Amino acid sequence: MAILNSKIPEGQLSEKWINYKDKQDLVNPANKRKLDIIVVGTGLAGAAAAASFGELGFNVKALCYQDSARRAHSIAAQGGINAAKNYPNDGDSIYRLFYDTVKGGDYRSREANVYRLAEVSNQIIDQCVAQGVPFARDYGGLLDNRSFGGALVSRTFYARGQTGQQLLLGAYSALGRQVQKGTVKMYPRTELMDIVVIDGRARGVVVRNLVTGEIESHFGHAVVLGTGGYGNVFFLSTNAMGSNGSAAWKAYKKGAFFGNPSFVQIHPTCIPVHGEFQSKLTLMSESLRNDGRIWVPKHKADAEKIRAEQLRPEDLSEENRDYYLERRYPAFGNLVPRDVASRAAKERCDAGFGVETGKAVYLDFKHAIERLGRDTIEARYGNLFQMYEKITDQNPYETPMMIYPAIHYTMGGLWVDYELQTTIPGLFAAGEANFSDHGANRLGASALMQGLADGYFVLPYTIQNYLADQINVPRISTDNKAFKDAEQSIKAQLKKLMDIKGKQSVDSLHKKLGLAMWDYVGMARNAEGLKKGIAKIKEIREEFWKDVRIPGNTDTINLELEKANRLADFLEMGELMARDALNREESCGGHYREEFKTPEGEALRNDKNFMYVAAWEHKEKGDPKLHKEPLVYENIEVKQRNYK
Amino acid sequence: MSESKKGLNLTLKVWRQDSAKAKGRFESYDVPNISPDSSFLEMMDVLNEQLINKGKAPVAFDHDCREGICGMCSLYINGRAHGPDDDITTCQLHMRKFEDGETITIEPWRSNGFPVIKDLIVDRTAFDQILEAGGFVSISTGGIPDANAIPIPKEDADEAMDAASCIGCGACVATCKNSSAMLFVSAKVSQLALLPQGKVEASRRARAMVAKMDELGFGNCTNTGACEVECPKGISVSHIARLNREFLCASLKQ
Repeated sequence: MAILNSKIPEGQLSEKWINYKDKQDLVNPANKRKLDIIVVGTGLAGAAAAASFGELGFNVKALCYQDSARRAHSIAAQGGINAAKNYPNDGDSIYRLFYDTVKGGDYRSREANVYRLAEVSNQIIDQCVAQGVPFARDYGGLLDNRSFGGALVSRTFYARGQTGQQLLLGAYSALGRQVQKGTVKMYPRTELMDIVVIDGRARGVVVRNLVTGEIESHFGHAVVLGTGGYGNVFFLSTNAMGSNGSAAWKAYKKGAFFGNPSFVQIHPTCIPVHGEFQSKLTLMSESLRNDGRIWVPKHKADAEKIRAEQLRPEDLSEENRDYYLERRYPAFGNLVPRDVASRAAKERCDAGFGVETGKAVYLDFKHAIERLGRDTIEARYGNLFQMYEKITDQNPYETPMMIYPAIHYTMGGLWVDYELQTTIPGLFAAGEANFSDHGANRLGASALMQGLADGYFVLPYTIQNYLADQINVPRISTDNKAFKDAEQSIKAQLKKLMDIKGKQSVDSLHKKLGLAMWDYVGMARNAEGLKKGIAKIKEIREEFWKDVRIPGNTDTINLELEKANRLADFLEMGELMARDALNREESCGGHYREEFKTPEGEALRNDKNFMYVAAWEHKEKGDPKLHKEPLVYENIEVKQRNYK
Repeated sequence: MSESKKGLNLTLKVWRQDSAKAKGRFESYDVPNISPDSSFLEMMDVLNEQLINKGKAPVAFDHDCREGICGMCSLYINGRAHGPDDDITTCQLHMRKFEDGETITIEPWRSNGFPVIKDLIVDRTAFDQILEAGGFVSISTGGIPDANAIPIPKEDADEAMDAASCIGCGACVATCKNSSAMLFVSAKVSQLALLPQGKVEASRRARAMVAKMDELGFGNCTNTGACEVECPKGISVSHIARLNREFLCASLKQ
């Protein structure tokens, strides 16, 4: 077990981060100029880190696959960002935010990391306001808050339904300021192809220029991955079309351990699937659950009539509606955490109470509009209602919205220690790309908090502790054999892909993988299904390598080739996710094994045998090896989660 | 909806261009039986699947989030940026806005500031360069006063938010007969000028961003207001007035 050293600092929980910062090594200003850092991904974590490194005086290269850093998928986060400011005077504190996050994560996250997250949360809000982020305010001119799932306080700051956009544009503006100063060089339309490890340390990356197709190498004294999650392994998800897990997967294959790959968040409020040609799923922000009430018909006969379009939902009387979240969880009601809300929706639909295609439930604003008036609802959620109407052609002010759970976020990711360093020295992972803070279920409005915490307030410290003894390491030429070998193997892989010249498009194969993942590694899992899933994934992988068709060349923009590269990794990653789910013989958070549940159907943990982080090590030959990082809770009483 | 809607049979006239230097041309494709409930880009996916199956090169176009916020999609459809609907991006446009049998013309953004690099994909790095010139508040991470230290009137914060909703897609430039980037520039200048945090360097910012915009070959604003009409986020031309005010103040101070 000694192989996994989480490097949690000594001392009381509330003093660990202070102690760490007091004692860590720093790099003096003159030496910072001599050190190169590569940042992959320009979402909240990546952009915030790259900008902050640049401000400190490091030489930074930042790359993203999009045409501009501003388009990273953090931009799509709608609802808000948590912080323990306690501005509403409703009893919030750093400890309570820490407690809610650990509990919400079903006791599968690392105490010290989560506490630090809660601790720096307040600075994030200060930072963003100073950048000119136009958070919502009340008439007194002070910041407004709303509530999110899994909390009894209002601690979520927001900018209409576009909080992620505003926070990312803040980070992007800080990044732009450094680009102009020359401390950061941007590489847009650039995809990471491999990480170069020399003498056991991460020393750079090999990338593909997505416009010219050129394969290029870049040296770095350290490499930071802020590359997001791997939800697109399911094909349909709320992720952007280009979101992918390849950077993390390359790191895994170079020796970085992968933490809890099976922990995937299924978001309860997404617009339901409408057809086979569907390319992605659209989220309706969790903030809607502040005012919307979720229900299905109380009687199957009514559900059938609604599905047959013989009855309209707005005509169904109150006593014939089942507000099942309020019924099952009176304390939290519609604001239970996401995993609980998703499972409850699936349970009702599986039992025959679903509407539309049978895979949808209602999110109704009738009472909120009666109580607050249409104008207030429009001010709060106008852009979301507009988005819903554009997609579905239905007016949610008049008829209830329809929603269903969809893949949204991956809690799993590269295993990192307290310093956010992976098991490869010099390789760091931040934001959704790491596994560290959300356990088995992330609370709403915590992804933005974590991305910015890692980027602005954690990495700028911890990376110095690593770089302090690297100041005498000269820049390694990219003519070095390690770089050249990596370039050669990438070129060979691209050629291999192009030469298959099979019959099936990348998307059609990706859809097959997505279906297998949803059926066997989705919302409800069991041992038999997971084994079937593993076999099925292998089958599709073989099919891919025999029969994929990629038109065009490698030396120009080739979107099919980009997708094929990403799918090749998803086809391996899906298998590791299933293995991890099979190994974890318990239900916790978003990971629900049908064999392990309470009599009421709630997730049943097995703390005796599974209170650990599953960190998987890649093996060139044979099965991946499981390492366990035991989770120790000294500052929080471990309980069965209860939202009743 | 569960009632079976009749599929649309469409003809697409699509701009094809192999590279930045190559000469472009229109090509026509028939796409049968498109569901009116599918999005425009899903229709493009169907076209590409069809082309791939025939062994032809699929049409390259930019897209990413497909929910109207990343600003990556950028099609000029039947002579309108983001197509025939208001307040949306191309990815939010749905096929129910089209008629069976219709011919749809699909082009890239056309502007000197945004050169075409392949088919429907243009290079918009000019927008990044404009923002790098001054679209920020000059503060570094840390050492910041409490977020509530300076109250900001709600009206100002709301108006700043209106301006800040710009997604940087470039529809304003594509629509403007002068290829002006004034709506884009003014949205950022206005957002930051409205907030006390950004007010400090408002003049310098306006000057720097306008100078960069001119340098990169975008045209002048002649107040036709076409940009406002096509902006997917409904950003108002009143921000251009604020930009002009800031710019004038900056010029007078010089």
